Amino acid sequence: MSVKVNIPAVLRSAVGGSKSVEAESGQLRDVLVSLGQKYPALKEQVFGPDGGLHKFVNVYINDEDVRYLENLDSKVADGDTVAILPAVAGGSRQAP
Amino acid sequence: MLLENMMGLVGNTPLVGIQSFSPSPDVRIWAKLEGQNPTGSVKDRVALAMIEKAEVEGLLTSAKILLEPTSGNTGIALAFLARQKGYRLVCVMPETASKERAQMIKMFGGEIVFSKGVEGSNGAIRLAKQMVEADSKYLMLYQYGNDANPGSHYETTGPEILKDLPTVTHFIAGLGTGGTLTGVGKFFRDNRPEVRVIAAEPEQGDLVYGLRSLDDGFIPPVLDESVLHGKIKVNSNTSVKFTQDLVSNEGIFAGISCGATVYVAQKIAAKIESGDIVCLFADGGWKYLSTEIWDIHHDIAAKRVEYMPW
Repeated sequence: MSVKVNIPAVLRSAVGGSKSVEAESGQLRDVLVSLGQKYPALKEQVFGPDGGLHKFVNVYINDEDVRYLENLDSKVADGDTVAILPAVAGGSRQAP
Repeated sequence: MLLENMMGLVGNTPLVGIQSFSPSPDVRIWAKLEGQNPTGSVKDRVALAMIEKAEVEGLLTSAKILLEPTSGNTGIALAFLARQKGYRLVCVMPETASKERAQMIKMFGGEIVFSKGVEGSNGAIRLAKQMVEADSKYLMLYQYGNDANPGSHYETTGPEILKDLPTVTHFIAGLGTGGTLTGVGKFFRDNRPEVRVIAAEPEQGDLVYGLRSLDDGFIPPVLDESVLHGKIKVNSNTSVKFTQDLVSNEGIFAGISCGATVYVAQKIAAKIESGDIVCLFADGGWKYLSTEIWDIHHDIAAKRVEYMPW
């Protein structure tokens, strides 16, 4: 068993157009780093300059935003779904 | 109930039990029905607070024209209040925005300037900002960046909940501008810090995100994420299903984001032994009737609303 990582439309070109990719379970940091090694363009977009998550990226484990779990230290178990989504104003299409 | 005028009807909304959604009699779930506000949404509170703040600060005078890029609940609430108070309001919206919203804004006396449909809401905001810069008679209240937005919830929504339900343990609201979560969250942090505040975040279709790159992302300036204890995303299908169940099980005709908050409430209810969970229902179902989501299976209905903001 592994984990499924959903990729948002805006990042799909970085993973060859796939809507989701597979990864090994473990700490979220390791899951994302291993994907970043496979898809360098994804790494640039998901991580910010400080090595943390990019400020306009939200990552969810089974629908829960990891910033309210253990952030990059959150555990991703076999069978979990990780979702990467851009930060937008919910309930609206408005941006500044 | 005797009121001087319609503005007295803003706020003081009822908190109603929706116990059929709870797995246990010791976990109670309540809905705060913001659809009971005069224009049918929580935005009446926000619009009233923003207008009154601008009046107090001397920014809003009879010579000014209110201008807001919006096609939704905020525009309707502003139009209602602007007419009551004798101000002109111009809403800037994409020419593709839904017809009934423009109808409601016009009905309350608001004027509409259309921006290019292909530019979406970003185009409407850009045009509104250009209009404000070019002509000093315009005043833009800008709910995403206006402290009166969370302030209205700190002053009214939070205290109303605590007064009606002193045993409250959890508060859940949809994440839009972040005004409700921030204002109510700060109120509980200051007055009842053990209350957990959780965001129900709408996960919408790819097209709604409509970003060219992540740098087009947006975190509303009024959102203070430090008051949140959790954020759970909810997709269109789940939101629609729970919105349908609200009518079937409890007789509540609510907007689609309300279904998302009930789903999150149920998720939390399954994890706790006892408590009082409050869901804020941002609007009634009226403005979604044309989607016919109550008439069809939620799988199909979800596809219908996937590409519209809810």
